[in-house]
Amino acid sequence: MIRLSQMYALGQKSRGAKDISTAVYFGTFAVNQYCDGRVSNRQYATAPQVLGLPKERKPIDFTKQLPTDGRPLYLDAQATTPMDPRVLDAMLPYLTHYHGNPHSRTHAYGWESEKAMEAARKQVADLINCDPSEVIFTSGATESNNTAIKGVAHFYGAKKRHIITTQTEHKCVLASCRQLEGEDFKVTYLPVNNLGLISMEELEKAIRPDTALVTIMFINNEIGVRQPIRQIGELCKSKNIFFHTDAAQAAGKVPIDVNDLNIDLMSISGHKIYGPKGVGALYVRKRPRVRLEPIINGGGQERGLRSGTVPSPLGVGLGAACSICKQEMDYDHKWMELLSKRLMDKIYGSLDYVVRNGDPVNSYPGCINLSFAYVEGESLLMALKDVALSSGSACTSASLEPSYVLRAIGTDDDMAHSSIRFGFGRFTTMAEVDYTADHCIKNVKKLREMSPLWEMVQEGVDLKSIKWSRH
Amino acid sequence: MAISKNHVLKLYKTMLRESEKFSSYNYRLYALRRVRDTFKDGKSLTDSTEITEAVHKAEETLEIIKRQVVVGNLYAAEKLVIEKKAEKELTSRQGIRESCLDGDRNT
Repeated sequence: MIRLSQMYALGQKSRGAKDISTAVYFGTFAVNQYCDGRVSNRQYATAPQVLGLPKERKPIDFTKQLPTDGRPLYLDAQATTPMDPRVLDAMLPYLTHYHGNPHSRTHAYGWESEKAMEAARKQVADLINCDPSEVIFTSGATESNNTAIKGVAHFYGAKKRHIITTQTEHKCVLASCRQLEGEDFKVTYLPVNNLGLISMEELEKAIRPDTALVTIMFINNEIGVRQPIRQIGELCKSKNIFFHTDAAQAAGKVPIDVNDLNIDLMSISGHKIYGPKGVGALYVRKRPRVRLEPIINGGGQERGLRSGTVPSPLGVGLGAACSICKQEMDYDHKWMELLSKRLMDKIYGSLDYVVRNGDPVNSYPGCINLSFAYVEGESLLMALKDVALSSGSACTSASLEPSYVLRAIGTDDDMAHSSIRFGFGRFTTMAEVDYTADHCIKNVKKLREMSPLWEMVQEGVDLKSIKWSRH
Repeated sequence: MAISKNHVLKLYKTMLRESEKFSSYNYRLYALRRVRDTFKDGKSLTDSTEITEAVHKAEETLEIIKRQVVVGNLYAAEKLVIEKKAEKELTSRQGIRESCLDGDRNT
């Protein structure tokens, strides 16, 4: 609706209409009408049912809730990234004129879409140095992870019924493994040390003769820690076990060569690499062949591993994003290092009792997870309402529970509660980092002055020695 | 065909001018930074085919910038906090200057 009316306004303007204010007004008016109608008609399944009087939730006016002094800065690049204008430019033709189904073989509309899709597949393959036929388009990294883990487990399940993963994986990997446990598969959840890294000895010990798959993420989404993928790949190859890695946070940001690193399956997400949301890719090795049982059955697209029409505009977007990432990788990485150094120097320079969660050496510089002792993370997030930040992954940001990743690396509960993740991206500017650091320092100081715990620490009381009485 | 220094300079200026038009703060500053750094890196190129290639690529990018500026302006969003803050500071500074000038005139 909004698009249509705006297009209409634009058309009026291009036709030389002098006064477009009415048309624009019509646009906003139409939007309000539309939203109102939809929200008030909705029935909430969880809403308490009052007899006689169905309770209706007031429609939320999102325009009023925005802070009036401008939109917040975006520093949550691990949750998602804005789309690169170059990606949108590549996609737009396929969102408008070239609308064919890429699997249609009988007419030109299908051929042109198929050509674009295959070109995009080649771009994804070039980023990770594999053959284009080894890339499968999916709806995102969650689907890729599900397909890889469940697919391998189900296909080889007759003989091999053991899977190895880590405690700091993304929720979709852990949930897939839980699901398989329900089907009588055995899963080993490897612990990590206090830096967030797994130990190779423990991994080797955990391998059994019936291990089908090792799945370990490349870069952690919450603490930015980079696992020793090369060593894991070598170990898995020597033991003849398939190795899957969730590279949603790593692809396009650090160099990856699936042949060099001995990766058999790899998940990529589009919207973490400045591409569109709703598209991802799964790399499935052909030599030696990894076989999967598909989750989605149907028309047999994507080598039968993921049926369903490939969304050609999204595929083109993913391809363009991968090709830009390949071209800009060094430049972006240098910028990330510069920004993270700036933030760390500023914060460490003026605040004490700040701990960086995760290994500072084996990590991606665009993700910094800091714990501010004696400050409650949620209140700091509230105080920093001008900056879009998160205390952990976006999937769990609705709950106030401390992150399971921080718990897995042995962070104390109070420190886990006071964590904030700073995520930088290609479009983050130095001024944004300065603003964030300054506000963060100011607010941490303010919140600490209000805290009785901080007062006690200043007086030299060891908080760990206090026995809090129970009421 | 060799590419003249004038042509490259003109292209550089046009790209910066077009990048300035991005309505999104983040895209604008990225485009400016990237264009400046690309041309700075390009200074060291000596091989004429390499230069031609780089110039062609820049020309293509210029077209993308021009198109995306239009698209971005169609769906422009509210300005960011730091942009508004900078604007406020600028207007208040101008206000002070004007009041000073007024004061001068009065005395």
